[in-house]
Amino acid sequence: MQLEPRLHTPLWMTLGAPVFAVLFVLILCGGLISWAGAPLLDSYIALFRGAFGSKFAIAETLVRATPLILTGLAAAVAFRAKLWNIGGEGQLYMGALAATYFGTGLVNLPAPLMIPFLFLVGALAGGFLLLVPTLLKTRLNVDEVVTTLLLNFVVLLLANYLLFGPWKDPMAMGWPQGAPIIDNGILPNLIAKTRLHGGLIFALIASVCIWVVMTKTKWGLEIRAVGLNSEAARFSGIPINKTILRTALISGGLAACAGVTEVAGTKEYLTLDISPGFGYTGIAVAMLAGLNPLGVIVAALFIAGIYNGADSMSRAMDVSNYIADVITAASLLMVMLAVMLTRMRVRFK
Amino acid sequence: MDFLDMFLTIGFWGATVRMATPLIFGTLGELICERAGVLNLGIEGIMTTGAMVAWMWVYQGGDLWSAVFVAAFFGMMFGYLHSMFSVYMGLSQHVTGIGITLLSTSLSYYSFRMLLPDATTPPKIIPFDEYAVPFLSDIPVIGDAFFTQSPLTYVAFLMVGVVSYILYRTPVGLAVRMVGENPMAVEVQGIDVYRVRTGAVMVGSAFMAVGGAFLTISVFDAFYFDMINGRGWICVALVIFASWRPGKALLGAMLFAAFDAIQIRVQQASSSFIPYQFYLMMPYVFSIFALIIMSRKAAYPKALLVPFRRGQR
Repeated sequence: MQLEPRLHTPLWMTLGAPVFAVLFVLILCGGLISWAGAPLLDSYIALFRGAFGSKFAIAETLVRATPLILTGLAAAVAFRAKLWNIGGEGQLYMGALAATYFGTGLVNLPAPLMIPFLFLVGALAGGFLLLVPTLLKTRLNVDEVVTTLLLNFVVLLLANYLLFGPWKDPMAMGWPQGAPIIDNGILPNLIAKTRLHGGLIFALIASVCIWVVMTKTKWGLEIRAVGLNSEAARFSGIPINKTILRTALISGGLAACAGVTEVAGTKEYLTLDISPGFGYTGIAVAMLAGLNPLGVIVAALFIAGIYNGADSMSRAMDVSNYIADVITAASLLMVMLAVMLTRMRVRFK
Repeated sequence: MDFLDMFLTIGFWGATVRMATPLIFGTLGELICERAGVLNLGIEGIMTTGAMVAWMWVYQGGDLWSAVFVAAFFGMMFGYLHSMFSVYMGLSQHVTGIGITLLSTSLSYYSFRMLLPDATTPPKIIPFDEYAVPFLSDIPVIGDAFFTQSPLTYVAFLMVGVVSYILYRTPVGLAVRMVGENPMAVEVQGIDVYRVRTGAVMVGSAFMAVGGAFLTISVFDAFYFDMINGRGWICVALVIFASWRPGKALLGAMLFAAFDAIQIRVQQASSSFIPYQFYLMMPYVFSIFALIIMSRKAAYPKALLVPFRRGQR
């Protein structure tokens, strides 16, 4: 078996590959649903209804997609530069911690200033968190995959300590949660009687901004060049280390903003379960989108729909909602494979 | 002084050896994969799978030793899947590994929920009993610490020697090390690089799964979600710490486990003034520091992360 590059990839193949891969995954996971003893077609209909079947369902899916867009962008930007930031989860919690620290009364500004301020401090906190492993990588040759992964556990334990200790809200009946974000810092509600909040607008604007930066500016060109061939980039005079550090600040900052949207938008206070693995799922989102910042929006909507749909399907059909994690993980692998096959041809000899 | 007493007690050394066991299996597994040029980030999920299937096998009536083989088999299957993507297709080893971790973890959780839908408190099994090695266990202190352990612990120590022997003293080991350094040269010798790498990833993944199984059928008697809790990632760090040598991997795992055992004992003695979360952070922080110290002169296998494509240079 041998792989050869294709000279030309037709457009239908580029666009169709992820769709085909996801359909293939849904068929495969049908086996798991049947194993649970649920009728297959009805289950998938229940899943779709739960994701997009009503105004409320759509709003909930958008709420869930908001942090996924941001963590997906974080992974997409970093992976373009071959900076393997697997620490999205830790950066997300770092952003949430910063938003809680500054947003629960320490600083009080009018809302049009307070909300950008919270995103700024959150992004800085997450950016600097990723800066540590990145500096270790550029200065001391320490593998960033392991360090970012391990920092996730450290940050989560830090949040655990703060919420069981000094930051515990005495008004919360003993639950480990932070004090509520002050009114000026709460992201405005977008549709009455749903949880949909302004974080979505922020995430969409962030996607467009990142797309512009990555495709139209010198910074984006440098980031992509470093990822494609860092030796060649060095010879053409691109400051490699500076570019990687810049990428780290952007990537960590984006993941941290997901923490801000959850604390200041979805929950309105910090808990230890604001993220059911959004940082890790962001990697799947980025790969589904082929690392394209605008594609991240579509991929995040799809993954968010799968999770919300699986939640309501599990209530209706008695299928464990871990099926959503299976579909996400399998889609990550299959889409990666499908995208490669649009660029390569398999020859059997 | 009671601080010194802690290190001299038999309980401390026994705990160290016990805690080192899953790390020895995991680190050896990761080491085999990386020596063949494949970074296997599926380790965290494969350990979860090993823990789940071994426990489930025993819970459904299987015996303990066959559960170890069942875990190894499932590890191999995920290793095979990993190599389909990372070796045959030459896709990014980072993303493949994360994908395998997410897939194997979620499949394990899904299967656990499907097989035991009504289990609220984790049901229990009867795990491996300690086996006192005849004569050796009669040696004072050492006998109790090293020779009164779970049989799987002896297997782990034995495997360090076996892996070391195979890697450095057999043609198979030479082939594994060469595909990690210079796959082109192996291809010239008429050896199939894909097969060697796939084999190494499968065997390595089997080790990882057995490491996970040790937790559910030897240390504990139940399967909990999130029970691997970063041990897999720590193994990845330990491989770098060990400079890809099985002997040093054993040393690293023991050091790490000793540190963990100290941490737990100090925590019990001083929990009033330092919050326990900071003690729980120590293993991860320790791993990061170990990486910082060792990475300066780390001699990575030259072809690590480099996909091999036949007929291309």
